[in-house]
Amino acid sequence: MLLEKKQNNRKNIISLIAVALFLVVVLILDQVILPTNKMSMLLTVLQKGSVYALAAVSMNLLNGFTGLFSLGHAGFMLLGAYTYAIFTIPNAVRDTVYMYYDAAIRFSLPEVLRNSMGSLGTVLGVIIAVLLAGLVAAFFAWLIGLPVLKLKSDYLAIATLGFAEIIRAVFQWGKLGPVTNGSNLLKSFERISTFKLTVGATTIKLSTFVPVLIAVVCIALIVLLVNSTYGRAFKSIRDDEVAAEAMGINLAKHKMISFVTSSFFAGVSGATMAMVLGIAQANNFKSNMTYEILLMVVLGGIGSISGSVIGSVLFVAASEWWLRGLDSGVFLGINAPGIFRNGFRLVVFSVIIMIVVLFFRKGIMGDRELPEQLGKLWKKIRGLFAKKVKSEEVADHE
Amino acid sequence: MSDRKNVLSVENATMQFGGVVAVNNLTMEINEGEIVALIGPNGAGKTTAFNVITGVYAPTNGRVWFNGEKIVENHPHGKMKKMYKGECADYYHETIEPTPDKITARGMARTFQNIRLWKSQTVFDNVLIAKHMRRSSNLFTATFRLNKKEELKQREEVLELLKIVGLEDVKDELATSLPYGKQRRLEIARALATEPTLLLLDEPAAGMNPQETLELTAFIGEIRDKFNMTILLIEHHMDLVMDISDRIYVLDFGTLIAHGTPAEIQSNQRVIDAYLGVAEDAED
Repeated sequence: MLLEKKQNNRKNIISLIAVALFLVVVLILDQVILPTNKMSMLLTVLQKGSVYALAAVSMNLLNGFTGLFSLGHAGFMLLGAYTYAIFTIPNAVRDTVYMYYDAAIRFSLPEVLRNSMGSLGTVLGVIIAVLLAGLVAAFFAWLIGLPVLKLKSDYLAIATLGFAEIIRAVFQWGKLGPVTNGSNLLKSFERISTFKLTVGATTIKLSTFVPVLIAVVCIALIVLLVNSTYGRAFKSIRDDEVAAEAMGINLAKHKMISFVTSSFFAGVSGATMAMVLGIAQANNFKSNMTYEILLMVVLGGIGSISGSVIGSVLFVAASEWWLRGLDSGVFLGINAPGIFRNGFRLVVFSVIIMIVVLFFRKGIMGDRELPEQLGKLWKKIRGLFAKKVKSEEVADHE
Repeated sequence: MSDRKNVLSVENATMQFGGVVAVNNLTMEINEGEIVALIGPNGAGKTTAFNVITGVYAPTNGRVWFNGEKIVENHPHGKMKKMYKGECADYYHETIEPTPDKITARGMARTFQNIRLWKSQTVFDNVLIAKHMRRSSNLFTATFRLNKKEELKQREEVLELLKIVGLEDVKDELATSLPYGKQRRLEIARALATEPTLLLLDEPAAGMNPQETLELTAFIGEIRDKFNMTILLIEHHMDLVMDISDRIYVLDFGTLIAHGTPAEIQSNQRVIDAYLGVAEDAED
């Protein structure tokens, strides 16, 4: 027991160091890579990857860990994105954004706080807006969770899918224009390219660091939750609901906790997405987006958090970067504009997905996690070396 | 027996599904420290009775007391009012239908006829999850690991429990990788982890060979003595039932046909008839 604890502690410390290192690397990359550089795609992938990673992990919390098959993710992300956007549009440009309507909400959180606290206020304002985005999504999740969570499997999926579509339609409704700007997009709000830290004469760009940091913090929270006693209860509900209830786990309460938490983080990821794209438009949050996220979860492995992260980063990297050439004529140095033209990327992409689904039934990670797999690998490597050393020692003695 | 404290008392419980009366007017009592068996031919309504007691089904009519508290009560109402075929229709007027977890929280734990372990979890986690109900932590303290003391205590208790049931050496294996007999033991251990005063075992010896059944008989007795447990069990293995039961209730077609000590039941003509059938010419 004690030994186990020590090993666990060491694992935790190693993971923490790895994450901290990763954040530092991202911060450095943010400074080094200029937008004109070819490698700037890496930054885009990191930005969008972190948005989708958070979305996928939060969906996995619900679908993979609690066994509730819900397809309402795009709806909650939309709520998050709009909440964030509405509360961070500067007053000066609000009227140009709300061209056809008389904007109802006339304050911007970062601006209000900046006036009273200086540049720190901007940061605080953004943080509050992001949290608010999560809370709005969580509130709506609670509201629709009351009737909907009584449903099981496919029925739940259809009900949540319907909710997402309804939310999208409602946000495009003209009568709500003063708040949501109708079917027009929201823009000019606080976005990642404006995130900078000025220390003396040097400015530190944070345009990639901020979304990555948000994703890392939120995913860490989800990991903590999943490994807590509540996480174990979620897994028991997934494995056998009847047994879970018979062992004293309140199904309604725990399903609600999982649903609301998942939606909270979906809202945060929606806010981050608005931040990264610089626009928020209801039309972007179609059910297609939910399917994309579901695909990432399945690719990575249902029930594996690191799998979801890997799945979403790979998905974003492939669709935004590595396979771009398939659409624009040159791929891997082969110049064939006849074949590599618009749309071919999607063909290749579907083939890759089919291969993954056929040969990695359980996704890339299954239900395992990356750190423990790496730990096993490390032990194997060390074992190999130890054997070598031993045999050398034996040879020496002889 | 009567000087012992009453633990469970079922009054006039009737469970009707559509037009089928699965349990009809069942009345039974279990006192502290007893091992009581509920037996009957297949389809007699034993598991339905279990499900009524543990809150899986709300009975159509009847009342259940547990440790002196009314935990379940119902009367035919709504659509059932016209369809009701059972007896004692106007005895009860309240409707108390708690979910199974509420009943488990009061100290009643059960196992299942077809094993229902959490498949993707280890033996240790299976028992640990059952401790979730007895937590004092909330979502916040659990997520931020402010409940370390409780978590450690729970883990120690689980280890202790696994030692008692003899599963300590396989604690890190997947629950489903265990042999059948051990899975049954694990289910009992999991039920014990919820800290019950009454344990309900639904066919604990199903699918076991005579040797395993013998071990299980000893094990159930052990549990009663060690945890000062009251046990209600459904079982088809008569040697097990006759061996450890203090009293036996016999159900046939949903109706209680006999009740008494093992010796009384063994010589009861109605029970023998129910199990072996009555010859055509002997009827009437």
